[in-house]
Amino acid sequence: MIEFTDVVKCYEQGNRALNGVSMRIDDGEFCFLVGPSGSGKSTIIKLITGELKPTSGSVHVNSFFLERIRKREIPMLRRTVGVVFQDFRLIPNMTVYDNVAFAMRVIGARESEIRERVPYVLELVGLENKASRHPGEMSGGEQQRLAIARALVNNPSTIIADEPTGNLDPARSFEIMSLLQEINNLGTTVLVVTHEKNLVELFAKRVIAIDEGYVVSDGREGYYGNEN
Amino acid sequence: MKINNIGYLLKEGVRGIFLHGFMSFAAVCVTVACLIIVGSFSILAYNLDVMVNDLNQTSEILVYIDSDLSDAEARSIGTKINALSNVLQATFISREEALESFVKDHNGDSAFNGVQASDLRHRYEVTLEDNTLMDQTDAQLQQIPGVAKTNAAYELAQGFTTIQQVLHIVSIAMIAVLLVISLLIISNTVKLAMYDRRDEIFIMKMVGATNGFIRLPFIVEGFTLGMIGAVLAFGLEWVAYDALVQKISHVDALKLFTFVPFENLLVPMLIVFGAAGLFVGIVGSWTSIRKFMDV
Repeated sequence: MIEFTDVVKCYEQGNRALNGVSMRIDDGEFCFLVGPSGSGKSTIIKLITGELKPTSGSVHVNSFFLERIRKREIPMLRRTVGVVFQDFRLIPNMTVYDNVAFAMRVIGARESEIRERVPYVLELVGLENKASRHPGEMSGGEQQRLAIARALVNNPSTIIADEPTGNLDPARSFEIMSLLQEINNLGTTVLVVTHEKNLVELFAKRVIAIDEGYVVSDGREGYYGNEN
Repeated sequence: MKINNIGYLLKEGVRGIFLHGFMSFAAVCVTVACLIIVGSFSILAYNLDVMVNDLNQTSEILVYIDSDLSDAEARSIGTKINALSNVLQATFISREEALESFVKDHNGDSAFNGVQASDLRHRYEVTLEDNTLMDQTDAQLQQIPGVAKTNAAYELAQGFTTIQQVLHIVSIAMIAVLLVISLLIISNTVKLAMYDRRDEIFIMKMVGATNGFIRLPFIVEGFTLGMIGAVLAFGLEWVAYDALVQKISHVDALKLFTFVPFENLLVPMLIVFGAAGLFVGIVGSWTSIRKFMDV
């Protein structure tokens, strides 16, 4: 569960990225977060993952209160939130298998668990036959599926996808969004930050629109709510 | 941290060296180059110090014995001279020996034909442990009954002492400067290696790895690279120094210089190189990684 209550975020340089944002995304929901560049979307993601602290207000993510979280609790928070990036952020000199296994190894998982879990997740994203490939040998769509597999492997309750289709063609974008929907069907909360109006319309999910640090619409009415 | 994790972290540290082969190679090369420069200068400074010290040992005080004293009495004064704490050695020279050496020094010049041994005094050539205390020891020698007068080469001893002091200051300053430059170069190389891996560190942070879990493999890697660099530098220094000393010993003009064999420097050099490699590896990776951990 993600809950923002009257969240204000000011950066040191003085600019106000969020101006009293309140929203709640329940467990198991699929939600789009839309808005123009500089509207505050990235700040919301950074607040959810604990990279930033709110200036005022409360951010509640999967039983963690981020306005008063201790530094040593942040890794525990992040184990409950899987993040997918626009530029994939894969490790080029590791194989597909190792890229996914890496995410388990660095939190101290046993090798037996890794051997069991990684093939399962690779199968879920359709990369079971590419385990020994390197990211450089794969298409953009495959690389993003690999990034999703990595985000999923530690079984987080929430997946945040930051512009996951920004570097992909429309067909691959549709595939990725469908994959995220499948993951949501398995019970994981999914929050997708995107610019892609067509996809948002096509998947007809809840849309939170943000502009200049304010939530300007929240509902199932499409990209900009009353715009349609 | 679980025991099975420690095994993984150590393995990961060593694996990182090969996974990022080029950066590891660069870090080792820079460490080797810097340690060799610092090491060579230190050895040079040490050798110069030993040489100046040897030369300084040759400056002595001549102690003339009262001519009224018999041979036996003159010889017995040696015990009193040797009893002084700063005296390294007191060699008795009888008036006959003194004449012999005097005549020899003047190539049998006829002008000295009439000089008799009885015209000269018995004497002691006294070398000191610490020439900086020459004036005090000289005063103590003059107090000994039976000593007529002394002749101390103050200027020479002071000259050597000054040279040695200047040499110490210059070499310590140079080694310190070289060491600081080396540390900066090495730590920048490590930083560059870390920059190459910032994505890896970022991913570790984002999937919830703890700081200790992220840091340890890098520390293991830094330690291993530092030690490899230190061992290589030590080996190269040894081979190069031995070869140089061998070459110099064959050049007549340079025979004046005696070099300390590397075997005598083995333990201190091993300790210094090992400590420098260890420090550079661990501190270098620890401080460089901190910048990328702040996510």
